[in-house]
Amino acid sequence: MIDPVPPALVFVAGALLVPFFKGNLKRAYLLALPVISFINLVSFSKGVHWTLPFLDYELVLARVDGLSLIFGYIFHLISFIAIIYALHVEDDLQHVAGLVYAGSAVGVVFSGDLFTFFVFWEMLTVASIFLIWTRRTRAAAGAGFRYLLVHSAGGLCLLAGIVLHVNQTGSISFDFIGLGGPGSYLIFLGFGLNCAWPVLHPWLTDAYPEATITGTIFLSAFTTKAAVYALARAFPGTGALIWIGAAMTCFPIFYAVIENDLRRVLAYSLINQVGFMVCGIGIGTHLAINGAVAHAFNDILFKALLFMAMGAVMYRTGKINGTDLGGLYRTMPLTCIFCMVGAASISAFPLFSGFVSKSMVMEAAAEGHMRIVWFMLLFASAGVFHHAGIKIPYFAFFSHDSGLRPREAPTHMLTAMGLTAALCIFIGSFPGYLYGLLPYPVEYVPYTAAHVVSQTQLLFFSALAFTLLLLSGIYPAEMRCVNLDADWFYRKGGRLFLFVMDRTFNGLNSVCDRYLAVGFARALGRFSQDAVARLSVYALASLWALVGVSGTRLEVRKRKVYENVRKGTLPVGLGAAMAAVFIMLLFLLSR
Amino acid sequence: MKDDNASNKHGPESGEVSAAPDKADDHGRYLFDNPRNVKRLLICFYVSLGILLLVDLLVHKHPNFGWEKWPEFYAVFGFVACVALVVAAKYILRPLVKRSEDYYD
Repeated sequence: MIDPVPPALVFVAGALLVPFFKGNLKRAYLLALPVISFINLVSFSKGVHWTLPFLDYELVLARVDGLSLIFGYIFHLISFIAIIYALHVEDDLQHVAGLVYAGSAVGVVFSGDLFTFFVFWEMLTVASIFLIWTRRTRAAAGAGFRYLLVHSAGGLCLLAGIVLHVNQTGSISFDFIGLGGPGSYLIFLGFGLNCAWPVLHPWLTDAYPEATITGTIFLSAFTTKAAVYALARAFPGTGALIWIGAAMTCFPIFYAVIENDLRRVLAYSLINQVGFMVCGIGIGTHLAINGAVAHAFNDILFKALLFMAMGAVMYRTGKINGTDLGGLYRTMPLTCIFCMVGAASISAFPLFSGFVSKSMVMEAAAEGHMRIVWFMLLFASAGVFHHAGIKIPYFAFFSHDSGLRPREAPTHMLTAMGLTAALCIFIGSFPGYLYGLLPYPVEYVPYTAAHVVSQTQLLFFSALAFTLLLLSGIYPAEMRCVNLDADWFYRKGGRLFLFVMDRTFNGLNSVCDRYLAVGFARALGRFSQDAVARLSVYALASLWALVGVSGTRLEVRKRKVYENVRKGTLPVGLGAAMAAVFIMLLFLLSR
Repeated sequence: MKDDNASNKHGPESGEVSAAPDKADDHGRYLFDNPRNVKRLLICFYVSLGILLLVDLLVHKHPNFGWEKWPEFYAVFGFVACVALVVAAKYILRPLVKRSEDYYD
C-alpha cells in the first residue's frame, strides 16, 4: 500500500484540477475527492508523520492523535455533504474555493507546528472569502471586504503572537501554550477572532448570510470549528474561556429573536453554539473537553442542516427574510421535515444529536460548581430552542401564508439534507459511536430519566412561552431593518476615518493646488514677463531722455517697447542694443 | 443607481417563484389550512405539558445543585427564561439597535 500523503493535500491539489472536468464527470470527481482524502486519512497510524526540516526548525504536516482525528473525520464528512448539496453549481470558482477551504481546515487540525498551522490558517480566510464574493451582489462584495480586513487583522495578531512565542520558547511546536507571555495573549486573541468571541464576532453575522447558498454550508463548518480545535489544543483549562464562552451563548440569542434574515438568525445561533464549546474548553476537565469536541462534531452537522434547509428555501423562492416567507410546508414538506430535525438537534431534544453533547458541557460546569455559568448555559439552552428551534421552521414553513408555492428542493439537496438529518438522529440515538471517537474516555451517560424529563420540560415550556407570546401578539413581529452590532464601530468608524482623511489630505491638496500649483506659478510667469519688460522700458527711457525724446513720443515709444519685450517681438537691432545695455549695467553694478 | 441589486439583495441564484394566483383555491387542501387541525395540535401540546409536569414529580433526581430538586424547576425556568428573553429583546434591544434597512448604504 502506498504511504499516505499529507492530509490536506488531496483537497488542495484536487481542487486545482476541478476546472478540467465537465458535466457528470466533474460531479463524480467532486464527490470522489473527500472519499479519497478520507481513505488517505484513515491509513495514517496515530503519531507524527511528514516532518520536514525548515531552517533550524522542523515542520510537522501530519500530527495524528485523538483530538485532530475527530475534527479530521467531521471535516471530511461535512465536505462530502456540502459537495452533494452543491452539485448543481456550475461556477468552478465556488467548487475550487470550497475544496481549498476544506483542505485548509484539515491542514489546520493536522499541523503539528505553528508555521504550518499559520499558513493553513490564512488559507482558510483566503479560500472562504471567494464563497462570499461569488454571490456577486453588492452586499456580498462589501461584506467580503469587511470579512477580509477583519481576518487580516486577526491573522497579523496571530502572526505577531507566534513570532513572540517562538522567540520566547525557541520551539515552533504547536502544543499547549496557555496564557503566559505577551505572545500567548496575541495568539489567544487571534484564535478568538476566528472563534467569533463577543465584540470580535460581527464578521460572522455580517458575511455568512451574504455568502452563496452552497458556500454558507462550508462556511458554517470550518472557520469557527478550526478555531475551537486550536483553542482545545493550545488553551484547554484557561479560565477566561469559561466566561467568554458563557457570554457567547447568551448575547446572540437576543439578536436572533429580532433578526429578520433567517440565515442571519442561524449565524447568531452559530455563535451561541460555539459558546458552549469555548466554555467547555475553558473548564478543561476531560468531560468538558469531550463535551466541547462532541458538540463541535454535532454542531457542524445540525447547523449545516439548518443552513441547507434555509438555502433550499432561498434557492426555490429567492427570499430569506421572515417577512417574505411563511407557509412553505405545503409544497416543500421534505425540506420542512429536515429543517425540523435540525431544529430538534440544535435544541437538544432527546434522541437528537445536541442532547448527547451539549449536556456534557453543562454537566462539567455543574461538577465544577460554577453556578452562574451553569445558569447562563441553561438560559442559552432554552433560548436556542426559542430562536433556532422554533423561529426558523415556524417563520419559513408555517406562520402566515406567504402565498408562495415553490417546488420541493432538488433531489441532490434533499439527499444532502436527508443524510445529515439521519446522522443527527443516529448520533442522538446511539451516542456510543461518537463517544468512541472523543479524545478522552467517556463515562458520561446522557440518557437518564431525570435528564430526559428535565430537558424535555425545559424545551416544552419554552415552546409554551413561544406559543402564548405569539397568540397574545407580544412576540416581536419580523421587521425589515438593520440591527446594529459591534460592526457599527468599523463600518461607521471606517466612514469617519474616510471622512477625516478626505478632509485632511484632499484639503491639503486643494490648498497646495490653489497657492502653489496655480497661484505661485502664475505669479512667477507674470513676474518673468513683466519685470523684464519694465526693466527694459526704464533702461531705454533714461537713454531716450538723454537724447531728448519727451512728451507723447516718449510715452508711445515706452508702450511700444513694453509690448514688444513682453511678447518677445523686438526688432533684432533693438534687442542687441538692449543686451549691450544690460551687459554694461551688469558690468557697472558688479564692480 | 444600483436599485436592481438592492432589491435583489437576496436575489435568486436560480429557482422559480410560483406564487399561487389565488390562495382560496387551495383552502383546506393542506394540513394546517383547517383550523381544527391547528386546534388538535395545540391540544396535544397542552396535554403533553401536563404529562411532563406529572412525570417530573415521579422521577428520581440526582441533582448537582439544590434547586434542581425543586418540583418543576426546569418547566418554570424554561417558561420564565423565554418570556424574559423575548421581552428584553423586543422592549430593550430592538429600540436600541433597530435602524432602517439602508442604514449602512
